[in-house]
Amino acid sequence: METRTIKVDALARVEGEGALYVRVKGGVVQDLKFRIFEPPRFFEALLVGRPYGDAPDITSRICGICPVAYIVGSSHAMEAALGVAVPDAIRNARRLLYCGEWVQSHVLHAYLLHAPDFLGFEDSIQLAKAHPGVVERALDLKKTGNRILEVLGGRAVHPVNTRVGGFWKAPPRAEVRGLLDDLRRARDAAVESVRLFAGFEFPDYEDDYTFVALHHPDEYAIDRGRIVSNRGLDIPVADFETHFAEEHVAYSNALHGVMVGADRPYMVGTLARYALNFDQLSLLAKQATADAGLPRVVRNPFKSLVVRAVETVYACDEAVRLAEAYEAFDPAAVSILPRAGRGTGCTEAPRGLCYHRYDLDGEGRIASASIVPPTSQNQKQIEADLRGVVQANLDLPDERLKDRCEQAIRNYDPCISCATHVVTLTVDRD
Amino acid sequence: MLILGIGNCYRSDDAVGPLVADRLAALGLPAQEHSGEGAALIDAWDGVGRVILVDATQSGAAPGTIRRLDAAAEPLPAAFFRYSTHRFGLAEAVETARALGRLPASLVVYGVEGRCFDFGEGLSEAVAGVVERVVSMVEGEVVSLGPLPTSPHL
Repeated sequence: METRTIKVDALARVEGEGALYVRVKGGVVQDLKFRIFEPPRFFEALLVGRPYGDAPDITSRICGICPVAYIVGSSHAMEAALGVAVPDAIRNARRLLYCGEWVQSHVLHAYLLHAPDFLGFEDSIQLAKAHPGVVERALDLKKTGNRILEVLGGRAVHPVNTRVGGFWKAPPRAEVRGLLDDLRRARDAAVESVRLFAGFEFPDYEDDYTFVALHHPDEYAIDRGRIVSNRGLDIPVADFETHFAEEHVAYSNALHGVMVGADRPYMVGTLARYALNFDQLSLLAKQATADAGLPRVVRNPFKSLVVRAVETVYACDEAVRLAEAYEAFDPAAVSILPRAGRGTGCTEAPRGLCYHRYDLDGEGRIASASIVPPTSQNQKQIEADLRGVVQANLDLPDERLKDRCEQAIRNYDPCISCATHVVTLTVDRD
Repeated sequence: MLILGIGNCYRSDDAVGPLVADRLAALGLPAQEHSGEGAALIDAWDGVGRVILVDATQSGAAPGTIRRLDAAAEPLPAAFFRYSTHRFGLAEAVETARALGRLPASLVVYGVEGRCFDFGEGLSEAVAGVVERVVSMVEGEVVSLGPLPTSPHL
């Protein structure tokens, strides 16, 4: 059997080894394994014994790209465990903060990591040399996301102004309103982004996915709602572990998310949200999809690039709405009395549903913690996609096949820390 | 003038950047921790003339090895830092900014070779042993640059 090993780039410094292994026999993919490293397990162990208030700060260090997802998700779970609910003013401020993260994360991924794949560039540096205006637009958009985090969260990366129960200090009204000009400009740039990406050429690949996302009848779900699927699932967040499990696979130290009783993998993230919550998009975002000729359900995973831009339009639009309505609130956080309890929380991180569950002892110390990040839920679906993509592209030489696989993995915007680095691709061709 | 200590304090030696930044901030210098996410870095140094970055490296050198790189003058060796196909990190940020003409006039990067990047708190001995030296090197660098310009915009 002929074995070819292709090195993909240099080392990934901290995330450990990731690899893709493919065995092909008689022109048919026999075996495909996608291996990743998954740090949230470590963070769970780090949390035990600490006071409940530490969870947002510590879990937000899991990922440099989506700290807000971890802050809000763990805060919700803690508030549920402690029996408190935050008023609308605090919820809306968190949602605005979260919109900032969506903009930051989507723009970073779509423009600087994914778009180069479609334009035939190795990376964003080449893209910047060839199309400086495109990268400048990305950096401007990203900056607007950063500004939201600065104003609401106190810093552009790793917010420090948030806490279980709300904020340390209510963001001043003038500063929040001061975001509006930038936000409106960013909204226009996001509409331009949809137009730009929609004009790219996309690999011809589709699948009949099981989409899973939060859903709320009144808004495009980010920070609240029920967990639903396109195959009839409709459950409260607290029932997550009854319907979803994680299984250990021998070749990876990551746990793979599975839906209990289902015979196929499921997908969380951009395409799932879009398919399940299209009706809740703002008019402007819907208009952008119509202009781009995007169907109501997108089944080509490569087109997640365009849908990410649509969600960026939505996040900017929603941020404008929230900033226009914003009034500073007092107190900045609800008061909390430590007690024993269990709480769950679920939000839509930029890359998909992220679940938290904590048990607290009588002093409010963390007795156990469980985090199910989006990328581990997407593992099985990424493998299934890769299998399909490899099978459809077996005529490609190894180097181009490798590129196509990486592009397919990037469809899922796998979190840099919660996920994966393809260090090597090994193809056994019989 | 801006000093950014890049890294994650829950990843062993990766914490060296943030720790050095903490020490420098305590000395009254404009230093802060940064995750190292590239686009945020470009944003952070926008309009700042003098920037010093401190980050852990993994290049195969002896743990605790300190390198000083003049990033305004020459390209950064990508493999020193967190280079990967899924990441837009320090090296990518510097080279993208260079392509766009958005590098600070002065950009110095201090790299400290790490030994262990596992999940956990605390530096390995070799890295902990050089923290103070890096702090004084950066401090010396700030002094040698002279008084801060009155306008941060160059």
